[in-house]
Amino acid sequence: MRNCLLLVLLLILPPLEVIAETPEEKGLAIVIEADRRDTGWKDQVADMEMILRNRQGEESKRTLSLKTLEVVDDGDKSLTIFDSPRDVKGTAFLSYTHSLKPDDQWLYLPALKRVKRISSANKSGPFVGSEFAYEDLTSQEVDKYTYKWLRDETYRGRENFVIERFPAYEYSGYTRQVVWIDKEIYQTNKVEFYDRKNALLKTLEIKDYELYIDKYWRSHSMHMVNHQTGKETLLIWKKYKFNNNLDDRDFDINTLKRSR
Amino acid sequence: MKILFAFFLLVLPIGLLAHEVTGSAGLELRFFTQDAQTPSQDYLLNTSLVFETEYYHEWDNGNQLFAITPFFRVDQHDPERTHFDLRELTWLKAADNWEVRIGLRKVFWGVIEFQHLVDIINQTDLVENIDGEDKLGQPMLNLALINNWGTLDFFIMPWFRERTFPGEDGRLRTQPRVDTDLSRYESGAKEKHLDFALRYSHFIGDWDIGLSHFYGTSREPRLILLSQPGNDVFIPFYDIINQTSIDLQSTKGNMLWKLEALHRSGQGTTYNALAGGFEYTLVGILDTVIDMGLLGEYYYDERGKSAPTLFDDDFALGTRLAFNDAASSELLAGILIDKDNGSKFFNLEASHRLGLHWVLEVEGRFLFDQEPEDPTFSIRRDDYIELLLTYHF
Repeated sequence: MRNCLLLVLLLILPPLEVIAETPEEKGLAIVIEADRRDTGWKDQVADMEMILRNRQGEESKRTLSLKTLEVVDDGDKSLTIFDSPRDVKGTAFLSYTHSLKPDDQWLYLPALKRVKRISSANKSGPFVGSEFAYEDLTSQEVDKYTYKWLRDETYRGRENFVIERFPAYEYSGYTRQVVWIDKEIYQTNKVEFYDRKNALLKTLEIKDYELYIDKYWRSHSMHMVNHQTGKETLLIWKKYKFNNNLDDRDFDINTLKRSR
Repeated sequence: MKILFAFFLLVLPIGLLAHEVTGSAGLELRFFTQDAQTPSQDYLLNTSLVFETEYYHEWDNGNQLFAITPFFRVDQHDPERTHFDLRELTWLKAADNWEVRIGLRKVFWGVIEFQHLVDIINQTDLVENIDGEDKLGQPMLNLALINNWGTLDFFIMPWFRERTFPGEDGRLRTQPRVDTDLSRYESGAKEKHLDFALRYSHFIGDWDIGLSHFYGTSREPRLILLSQPGNDVFIPFYDIINQTSIDLQSTKGNMLWKLEALHRSGQGTTYNALAGGFEYTLVGILDTVIDMGLLGEYYYDERGKSAPTLFDDDFALGTRLAFNDAASSELLAGILIDKDNGSKFFNLEASHRLGLHWVLEVEGRFLFDQEPEDPTFSIRRDDYIELLLTYHF
């Protein structure tokens, strides 16, 4: 139904170029298009390898698996399960993300068999000691930011929109982010994060996109560099799987308690 | 128990997927800072080895699983602390709106940090640690009915596990010691008394709630003094109790509000007890990535000073530091203060990963200004610092 409506709108509206569009409107339109193209995948599972590197080049590695359930008109549900380091094996993190109101989050500690509801106010805090903050990894809903188109630019040999986005949710660690969005596939190629003092904090490079079920682009490599500490984190995504028939039951607290 | 094993042989399918063996081996060193109260306890260093492993297997698309978790500790001084347990021997089947779990399991209820008031399904493995967080595997049949208005859990527990207590040579024990060979029960069926529990749990927005009722053998025994010439001991006495409880948490931004309360009858006078508190998190203190939690809790037991608990009219202040580093360094420190007589109990727990497989933990427990009526009076000379080095595989 929604698609029909969109089609009608496209037919009756004059071409976009003709309308005098503000940079804010253009930025928002780009993000809405990106969101539209990435809607309808329903569920996804993937494995992730996380490599932390400090300024001296010392590395430590962790492996985790993620299950995600697409929630239309709200943030997604996700279940993250740790496999290594071994002392945290079986630790699981359940998150119901929301656009503007705080996310619901629970942590399962297998040694104590204990589920803890945890505060989501640490959005700006590091995810398991990495250079990724919680807010960098949760689902990117359109409502979470306000936007402004800055310019078009060739980046890594591809045409990109460069837009600025400003967090609209509470507890963000950023004043703004500058985002390079691929004009062809509407996926993010690069993000610059500016801290609360508006100084450049981190740069994220997202690479190795592959197309799944003919429709959805997924990255296999995300590289975050913290310019203020010299630390880096590399996320290597593997084994994406779609159409797993997951539903709400796979993301409830009973399932959290038996996650592996 | 034989029936239980036979049952598992029947349900375990052949041609299996996803087998996993994990576990840990640890070396524990406890340094006591003072001489003990009795000659049999007179040592300042206790060494102990602990081993736990888990075999885990899931099949049926993750809807069935089997796990067995043997646990073993060898202690230098206390033969009672040298012990074996099956922490888990369990089969689980999950369906759309129910789960059945059969076998030896551990179940935790509650939200409060420094006390576990409403947690009652499992027996405490007290020789492990006086914080009461180590539990013995509880035989049970557990059915969970999962509805959109919450989860209903039914527990039938056909076999009771006695609490473990340190022996004559153990530190951190009552004076005199508890003689577990002389345990007594209210029920003629003793440990074969059929215990039941029912729990409703749900979350609505930022509220998490649990309502529970337990009928059966009290996990916490009354200790009755048996005077024998030159050999006084405490006898554990296990009453049949009814306990109704609530646990509640509200998660408001950086602030967690927590409450646990219970009503218990059948163990001396009927009484109420509660524990309430908060945890406030400061994210990224002093321009670092370190999170600092500030905890405050209050505990009340209607039985007052006659209550066999530390938490009769006490409060605790604490802090939790999460360093958010590659080594997952953490620290939790707290002090429990008795409002009536000012006795204090300081606790510290810290952990730090070394490489990929090793974890170093430090634990310290120190008592100050103990009065003879405090349950901790008998361990007032057992202050210790513990180092635990664990290899995880």
